[in-house]
Amino acid sequence: MVMQDAKASPAKGLRGWLLSDSPANAFQARAQNAYVGWLAFRGNPIAMAGLFIVAGLLVVAALAPVLTGGEGLAQNLGNRLKPPSAEHWFGTDELGRDIYQRIIWGSRVTLYIVFLVSIIVMPIGLLVGTIAGYMGGWVDTVLMRITDIFLAFPRLILALAFVSALGPGLENAVIAIAVTTWSPYARLARAEALTVRKSEYILAAQIQGASRWRIVTGHVVPMCLSSIIVRLTLDMAGIILTAAGLGFLGLGAQPPLPEWGVMIATGRAFLLDQWWISTIPGFAILIVSMGFNLLGDGLRDVLDPRSGSEG
Amino acid sequence: MSHSDKTPGVGTGGFPSLRGFAGKIIGFALTLFLTFLGLMAVTFVIGRVLPTDPAMAIVGNRASEEVYQAMRLQLGLDKHLIVQFWIYLASALQGDFGQSIMTARPVVDDIKRFFPATLELATLATIVGVLVGIPMGVLAAVRQGRMIDHVVRVFGLIGYSVPIFWLGMVALLVFYAKLEWLPGPGRYDFYFEGIVEPVTGVILIDSAMAGEWDLFENALGHIILPASMLAFFSLAYIARMTRSFMLDQLNQEYVLTARVKGLPERSVIWGHAFRNVRVQLITVVGLSYAGLLEGSVLTETVFSWPGIGLYITNSLFNADMNAVIGGTVVVGLCFVGINMLSDILYRIVDPRAR
Amino acid sequence: MSEKPLIEVEDLWVRFRTPKGVVEAVRGIDFTLGRERLGIVGESGSGKSQTGRALLRLTSGNGSISAKRMEFDGIDLLNADKKTLYGIRGNRISMIMQDPKYSLNPVMTVGSQIAEAYRIHATASASKARDKAMNMLDAVRIREPEKVYKLYPHQVSGGMGQRIMIAMMLIPNPQVLIADEPTSALDVTVQMQVLALLDDMVRKNGMGLILVSHDLNLVASFCDQVLVMYGGQIMERLAAKDLHKAQHPYTRGLLNCLPRVDGSHEALPVLERDPAWLEQQGGRS
Repeated sequence: MVMQDAKASPAKGLRGWLLSDSPANAFQARAQNAYVGWLAFRGNPIAMAGLFIVAGLLVVAALAPVLTGGEGLAQNLGNRLKPPSAEHWFGTDELGRDIYQRIIWGSRVTLYIVFLVSIIVMPIGLLVGTIAGYMGGWVDTVLMRITDIFLAFPRLILALAFVSALGPGLENAVIAIAVTTWSPYARLARAEALTVRKSEYILAAQIQGASRWRIVTGHVVPMCLSSIIVRLTLDMAGIILTAAGLGFLGLGAQPPLPEWGVMIATGRAFLLDQWWISTIPGFAILIVSMGFNLLGDGLRDVLDPRSGSEG
Repeated sequence: MSHSDKTPGVGTGGFPSLRGFAGKIIGFALTLFLTFLGLMAVTFVIGRVLPTDPAMAIVGNRASEEVYQAMRLQLGLDKHLIVQFWIYLASALQGDFGQSIMTARPVVDDIKRFFPATLELATLATIVGVLVGIPMGVLAAVRQGRMIDHVVRVFGLIGYSVPIFWLGMVALLVFYAKLEWLPGPGRYDFYFEGIVEPVTGVILIDSAMAGEWDLFENALGHIILPASMLAFFSLAYIARMTRSFMLDQLNQEYVLTARVKGLPERSVIWGHAFRNVRVQLITVVGLSYAGLLEGSVLTETVFSWPGIGLYITNSLFNADMNAVIGGTVVVGLCFVGINMLSDILYRIVDPRAR
Repeated sequence: MSEKPLIEVEDLWVRFRTPKGVVEAVRGIDFTLGRERLGIVGESGSGKSQTGRALLRLTSGNGSISAKRMEFDGIDLLNADKKTLYGIRGNRISMIMQDPKYSLNPVMTVGSQIAEAYRIHATASASKARDKAMNMLDAVRIREPEKVYKLYPHQVSGGMGQRIMIAMMLIPNPQVLIADEPTSALDVTVQMQVLALLDDMVRKNGMGLILVSHDLNLVASFCDQVLVMYGGQIMERLAAKDLHKAQHPYTRGLLNCLPRVDGSHEALPVLERDPAWLEQQGGRS
């Protein structure tokens, strides 16, 4: 096959360094991989849209004090249930609070939940999975049985029951969600650990005297990271929706915290005439979920194309 | 797989050997059993270990001292945790989930009353999801990159990014409150109460069987919105998975072979590519159904649909621990059971897995 | 031989749109096929497989075919409508692929796939098609056809799979067969058997054959005419018996790379590729 533009002149400078055919050292090779990945990512409009939304979420959350006049907690009963206007862009709720402010500050709550779940789920999943995959034998069997059992559980229902036992609250909701979410990551980590375990470079490392622990952290974990990150991003939407669902039922974040699910619930009584109280937070959830899903899809296309059939 | 040119011997063609098959069944039974056990263990922890006073959680704080003490005895709270678990497990296996504070009836009876409503919703939604979702997915895969593909993908994206309880509320707002096209929450209007004896518990079937067409129409009107919400959910997932599977298949060599044979494109897509996907879709539909059982919790709350989801949430608000646990176990068991069943079906049907 | 050729191709181009630009897999080749055996030999990427697929208009998705002429038995293949194409594929021009592990449908029995090939182009009942398929299995020298009929592709060996592929593609009795690397995925011992079978069937049915392969020896011994392809173009065309008299440096290079039992024991020469060979060549070479 013949490329029509095979005779273009090589690029210069930083770009040349990133695109050259023979990297001089490991650092350059890794940087090249990242750059090529970034190019592929950039060429994918879906992924870019997702990145845009998620980045937007981060920016909004970080700049919340700048974007709003207050934290959305100030009640003003004389001003309740007002429709969107120039003064209150999204209107006011049943306690006279500015909904726009609550939406903006609610982004922080959403990020907080996502963050907490992630830092619980990733280490547990990695730990269980790499130990199982690397040790093999009965350790593997037992750990995987446990993982499979948790994998088969209905997330929302168990989270419900969990919170009902512990009492409502944001942290309890996070724990409940985490407990039902960690299994796929253990599976992923285990799969990577298995492939790596049989590779020759692990054998080489062992011959050089590396301890098991070092092998696990130095070699196995980095290999898993990309598929775990993809999976986590794809799961984010589900986590956000579950958290919103719990909030809606009054089991997650508690008022006066401006969590979007809670806002939808409180607006329910006024749905017919003051539709904006419930409707607008829902759009926020929808957009953010879509963003994470798009980003996850894009990341998967770039980092992990062979898993395309896993949805 | 034989490696010689001779005809393979008995045992590798057609049905696998008896020992292998029996072994697989035992393997499944074991996994199923262990998962049920695991579920019971988790619910045990939730119901008996986590609460500071499990007996109080069950009888409520308005119960008398005697009732409270009797409950403590019944639960075996003075005994070792393993014994408590055994007590819990034994009664659950007998179908005894205790008494509900709210309804003052055995939880099991409550569940029997409410479950069919949820099944009705989930089944209807899944049927729509399959009938619409699969063709959508196939179409999107075949016309990859074109407009219909993008439409299907966006549709699907919204379907699993949208908070379903919110969508239900918006739908009620638009179709019930503003446009007045459809009746509101609940399963049927209250003046139809008691007209038809519950036979299956599924109102659409019961009223049709009894010839009560007014009720049938009313019930149909009520079920459209909640079923549509769940159907949208189910559709999005099924279409997405179908598209993904079909894309994988359409790249395979045997699809080229089918075209070389001179098959019209439609036969290539459905007779060859889709045939390889059918099997995988069993699992997908199973997962979707199970997911709907779960998602019903929120939808039923929004539409005041008297199913098990509403039962669980109401019990939750009333701090009725027995009811919550009982409902969770039943839904959990169905969820797990359906997933396992799909898995088994998959292996039976796929010739490669034998 | 004043008989009209079965296939006539003039200035065939196959181009693919990729994110990195247009890739030209086949660049303006001409050839004809009569009731003879034509071998197309070349390395990976030479465009030989794409030529075969283009004839049946089965170039994959983002590819496009253009030619001054591409005719089969007077029918314009380039502009033929779907119905005509469906009537030609399998029925008058057939193609066998490289690896039966992938080129047979994994969830259908091999017998039913053969029977299907029959029923596409002949109205026949299911049982008649089944009988025909059994006869075909017999014709490709498979013992116990009743047992094999019910097997799935993953249950048969490579050699048997290729025989099944041959049976499936020859059952409608086509006039031309394109064989795309038919033995490359097989063990050496099995290759001989499948080739002998192919030889027999082609001879018996008087078919034209286009054999696409990277194996120069195979093509030399099996075919009457040979086309050597490189970079999407034809470097040289000659009769198989004249192969050792090849002129073009690329062909000579290929010949020199072949190990010979009676040759010297020195290291084989490395094939040197002259970039000039990638330049567009005008007219016939």
